[in-house]
Amino acid sequence: MINLEIPKKFKPLASQANQVATEVFRPISRKYDEAEHAYPKELDMLASLIDGMNEGSDIGGAGAAGVRREKSDDGENRNGSNLSTVLGIIELCWGDVGLLLSMPRQGLGNSAIASVATEEQLKTYGGKWAAMAITEPEAGSDSAAIRTTAELDGDEYVLNGEKIFVTSGDRADLIVVWASLDRSKGRAAIKSFIVERDNPGLKLDRLEHKLGIRASDTANFTLQDCRVPKEALLGDPEVKEKGFAGVMETFDNTRPLVAAMAVGVTRAALEETRKQLKAAGVKIDYDVPANNQHAAAARFLEMEADYEASWLLTLQAAWMADNSKPNSLQASMAKAKAGRTCVDVTLGCVELCGSVGYGENELLEKWARDSKILDIFEGTQQIQLLIIARQLLKKTSSELR
Amino acid sequence: MSTTTEKQGMAERGMGYGLRALNRLAGSDLLDRIRIRKQVEKALFQGTKNGFRGATAAGRTFKAAQQLGKPARQKKGRSTGLFDLSPDDEQQMFQEAGRAFAADQVRKAALEADEKRETPKEILDQANELGVNMLGVPEELGGVMTEQSAATSVLIGEALAHGDMGIAYAALAPGAAATAIGLWGSAEQEATYLPAFTGEDIPAAALAILEPRPLFDPLALETKAKRKGDEWVLSGAKSLIARAVDCELFVIAADAEGIGPALFVVESGAKGLSIEDEPAMGLRPAATGRLLIDKVKLPASALLGEGEAKAKDYAACVNRSRIAWCGLATGTAQAVLDYVIPYVNDRQAFGEPVSNRQGVAFTVSDIGIESNAMRLATYRAASRADRGESFAREAAIARKLCTAKGMQIGSDGVQLLGGHGFVKEHPVERWYRDLRAAGVMEGALLV
Repeated sequence: MINLEIPKKFKPLASQANQVATEVFRPISRKYDEAEHAYPKELDMLASLIDGMNEGSDIGGAGAAGVRREKSDDGENRNGSNLSTVLGIIELCWGDVGLLLSMPRQGLGNSAIASVATEEQLKTYGGKWAAMAITEPEAGSDSAAIRTTAELDGDEYVLNGEKIFVTSGDRADLIVVWASLDRSKGRAAIKSFIVERDNPGLKLDRLEHKLGIRASDTANFTLQDCRVPKEALLGDPEVKEKGFAGVMETFDNTRPLVAAMAVGVTRAALEETRKQLKAAGVKIDYDVPANNQHAAAARFLEMEADYEASWLLTLQAAWMADNSKPNSLQASMAKAKAGRTCVDVTLGCVELCGSVGYGENELLEKWARDSKILDIFEGTQQIQLLIIARQLLKKTSSELR
Repeated sequence: MSTTTEKQGMAERGMGYGLRALNRLAGSDLLDRIRIRKQVEKALFQGTKNGFRGATAAGRTFKAAQQLGKPARQKKGRSTGLFDLSPDDEQQMFQEAGRAFAADQVRKAALEADEKRETPKEILDQANELGVNMLGVPEELGGVMTEQSAATSVLIGEALAHGDMGIAYAALAPGAAATAIGLWGSAEQEATYLPAFTGEDIPAAALAILEPRPLFDPLALETKAKRKGDEWVLSGAKSLIARAVDCELFVIAADAEGIGPALFVVESGAKGLSIEDEPAMGLRPAATGRLLIDKVKLPASALLGEGEAKAKDYAACVNRSRIAWCGLATGTAQAVLDYVIPYVNDRQAFGEPVSNRQGVAFTVSDIGIESNAMRLATYRAASRADRGESFAREAAIARKLCTAKGMQIGSDGVQLLGGHGFVKEHPVERWYRDLRAAGVMEGALLV
């Protein structure tokens, strides 16, 4: 039965997350935008609270509880952790996306571990904060081209290479590092390894200064003869053709989470702009044709329509995951649409609000800076369009490059 | 036999409908039908005599067959409280039937229907057999749906418009009048008009809201209904009415003195109604015409809902129409996507398929993203309407998406085929013309 509303059972979760965003994130939003690299200690208490929430229910906090696919082939409609996680993230990012990314134990690495780790690994690494290290100076979107190597030496893997743009890399307890077991075997040999942050072979090179999401630390590392136990390899150690596809599949689950971040930021900008326009005497009417209204109202409606499109695509992708339907296509559609919409809308809102939007007294200019990364990380706009096109056109990555 | 070009020329010279109607008499189907209802022949004769401006169809006599104490209404839709994108069993049935019909018949008839500006009678009959025009008729009056059917109507509109938007418009337009009466009509109005929509010979009918002027706002109508004693007197003009010359029943929006915008049920035989041909860029199989309303006198009982007519109902009507057009736009947008994929994969340039190029491939991706979003936004608005929740915002958003992205998709569809997209050998040029309608049309369809 077609129903595209927030499920009744997740409304308390969404409203809790909204409270957190309002009471905790918003008041310190500007503070940590200015104090880049300072640790937002306010988040420690909140993180414990969210740990508690994760324990007590199937509700996924900021996504770190993992987005394991629920087995369901009974034909029953399911609203599960993918949907609840996405809804929580939207609310939290409406508060502040940089702070969400800084939430202890809520990193993408946690999501990866929770999604594919064995029982043993869960026991060893559970409850820790895990960051994700994929990108290298010479390998961004092309993650199959990574040069970091992992060599088996007795009971240990020895990692060597350079990793950049590691979100929460400085603050996390663990780093999930992507490395190749055999560079001659291409993508099939790429595996992920859990590296403890205090491993002497893992050297922090520097923290980046960024356009936005400044509350979140972005670290660059060198891995030099970095030894990890054999058991630190996540997933299947065999070098198989389908291996890399398995790694990439985790992105099918995490792309909607990033889309959700973009949706949250977009909504924040729209709500503030609606308030500003109202104060300026511009009314937004849903019955009257847009072209018969104030140009600013017409523009707002256009932006709100793109927002709604992003929101719906994001919920669609999450719902499909909850119902064990293949959603790689929809996950990329959500990420592509939400990413570009977030940038367009936040910048459009600054434009509509003029100096009020551009100035630091309001958060509009900050959201317009934060938004840009959301159209870049977890696969840029262009990468999403490639994934979508390959699926729609049934093309291989060698045909459509 | 006049050709399409001659017809267009006729319109350009400001002539009305008469000759075209005469021309249509040559079609045996129509003759058959006219044998059933002799009055039409007479009306057409009058029409041609008056210099190419046609009278409205003489129409049948609508008479209340039964009398209910209070108006029958379809129930609100249920909800499990869960997010769900799957249509229910009944909706799936309609959707599948609609898709099969669109693929087998509608798409195949589309090119000729576009040229002739006429939808074959067999197609209209088969659409009626599918039950598309009785979805809004409450069960008590012979309808098939116990619950409100906006989402179901959207699914059917989407399916038919995947075949052809103009044919879909022609086929679904009568149902708009029936649905309006089923949603807001008085017991007497329902009993008088709705049984006709459940039988075999479903009348052509129209929900006439759009007026011929730039920046048309359906909430600020220039068609006026003035009170004169117990009667209403209507004057104005309505645009782009499907099968206008065949319509036996109109539900006309007018600014009613003392009430504001409201709907009036007007039979085609009413004195003062006439039709002018109004060919347009697209939707040509719907044989669009303009309804001229010249001091048409109506009894008090013509006001839809009679004493119960409310401004919010009229606003809901406008928004439900927009949702219906979004359904059609979504179907046509999907048709573009489904058509361009094999084309760009087959088409070779520089020694490989053009789809190996990102410039081409990314356009296909964008069509995929935006058409998917158009569909979701439309479903959301429709399902909210069915459950009795507010839906003005969702309808406005769906319309915005379907107007802007739908047109972009229409344009990209032609662009991806290049020069081949510009010629009639491929349907993309027709879809380009039709998709512009989604942002222009108000009223005419209803979910």
